Amino acid sequence: MFMFTMLKQKSGSMEIPKSFLGYKRENGRVGTRNHVVILPVDDISNACAEAVANNIKGTFAIPHAYGRLQFGADLELFFDTMIGTGKNPNVAACVVIGIEPKWTKRIVDAIATTGKPVEGFSIEGAGDIKTIMKASQKAQEFSQWASEKQREECPLSDLWISVKCGESDTTSGMAANPAVGNLMDKLEPLGVHLCFGETSELTGAEKVCASRGATEEASKKFMKTWSDYNDFILKEATNDLSESQPTAGNIAGGLTTIEEKAFGNFQKIGSRKFIDVLTPAEEPKKGPGLYFMDTSSAAGECLTLQAAAGFNIHLFPTGQGNIIGNAIEPVVKLTGNPSTAINMKEHIDLDVSKILKREMNMDQAGDELIKTTIRAASGRLTCAEVLGHKEFIMTKLFRSA
Amino acid sequence: MANTDIIIHDQKDNVGVVVIEKIKPNQDCSCWVMENDSSVNIKSISEILLGHKIAMIDFKEGDTIIKYGHDIGKVVKSIKKGEHVHVHNVKTKKW
Repeated sequence: MFMFTMLKQKSGSMEIPKSFLGYKRENGRVGTRNHVVILPVDDISNACAEAVANNIKGTFAIPHAYGRLQFGADLELFFDTMIGTGKNPNVAACVVIGIEPKWTKRIVDAIATTGKPVEGFSIEGAGDIKTIMKASQKAQEFSQWASEKQREECPLSDLWISVKCGESDTTSGMAANPAVGNLMDKLEPLGVHLCFGETSELTGAEKVCASRGATEEASKKFMKTWSDYNDFILKEATNDLSESQPTAGNIAGGLTTIEEKAFGNFQKIGSRKFIDVLTPAEEPKKGPGLYFMDTSSAAGECLTLQAAAGFNIHLFPTGQGNIIGNAIEPVVKLTGNPSTAINMKEHIDLDVSKILKREMNMDQAGDELIKTTIRAASGRLTCAEVLGHKEFIMTKLFRSA
Repeated sequence: MANTDIIIHDQKDNVGVVVIEKIKPNQDCSCWVMENDSSVNIKSISEILLGHKIAMIDFKEGDTIIKYGHDIGKVVKSIKKGEHVHVHNVKTKKW
């Protein structure tokens, strides 16, 4: 038996498990987590939301810095992010707390379309203390209700996997990113939803990326999205961006130019083609397959948008050791850098640095990543989760009124 | 299998990446070309750390660095075969 296992590992190409254990939700989606979330609508409701989460065990608040006086496209993206976070199947139930009832209700009503328990509270006219009491009573009810939910066997097609790399170095392009690509090549045919983003970090590889559109429409949509983002960067830039892209961490790890970073980044999609281009936080609607989402390349912002679009597990390859997590989406981290794998061990869910020593091939790395992903999706806490990383970072398009 | 000191992604690439802790000056290094699973050797000039690039050919100012089979930037200061390739001698063609 032992020999057989060894042989299987050597050859790669294991038989891919057909299922994972997830939480079935009212709307047919499946969660990899069973969170009860206290969602503040705006910056000034953070204190109230955090007090409720402190009172009621089995819940947590997602504080953030915005939600006041935003307007136009920036306001719409704010609502899409908040609503999408509440709708995500990793959230079992949700208490929404805002300063005033109107925007609070807009978020509550949209989350309620999933059929999950959600209730809103507004602070104006009542004050923090009364609101905390009323919201805590509801949160207690939700927490005990959610605690009885059980994981059930679900097909892999219920996985919605988002990817993003960070603090990349040259090992990312050699090992960790192509390992994610190998997973995509193996899981896409099984009906999994996949998503990559980082518009600005494809600069230099944009034409090659555009050629990977599954249709001419998808390719054109990508080029327009990339050009718009690039025009914005060129308009706002006060220098050659060499302080930002590549980052100081990237440069320390041996990455020299944005083009080099982009081609390394691009290894994450394997040989897949993307079927559509999503706006930030937009839910995919064309069925299973790979999507590109227009996002910033900052990890916190990108992951928050992908989670708001409904992705339920995230794969994060890193070189120099980005430590990001997410409030609602478990983040599985892998690295191909042997120093990072040793020195930052507590952050790394899968070490693929053996690829550099040619002791592991890409097929084997992809298989290991599939196993790690399924374990995390079925409930094994990721490194980022046990270390308390709950980043939730709003993408702000422009300043408020 | 001989130990690999340097990995080269694509046959067309004119730089390789150090995959051991560091290579020392005048070290005979063995390089593995991932694309076609072939091997080449190179003698280093500079000390180069893990993850950093080595020039596989001589470059003069204005030449193009090829990695992953693609253009990843321009040479701004001539580089000898075996020297360290990084931000001090290569710049982006974008931004």
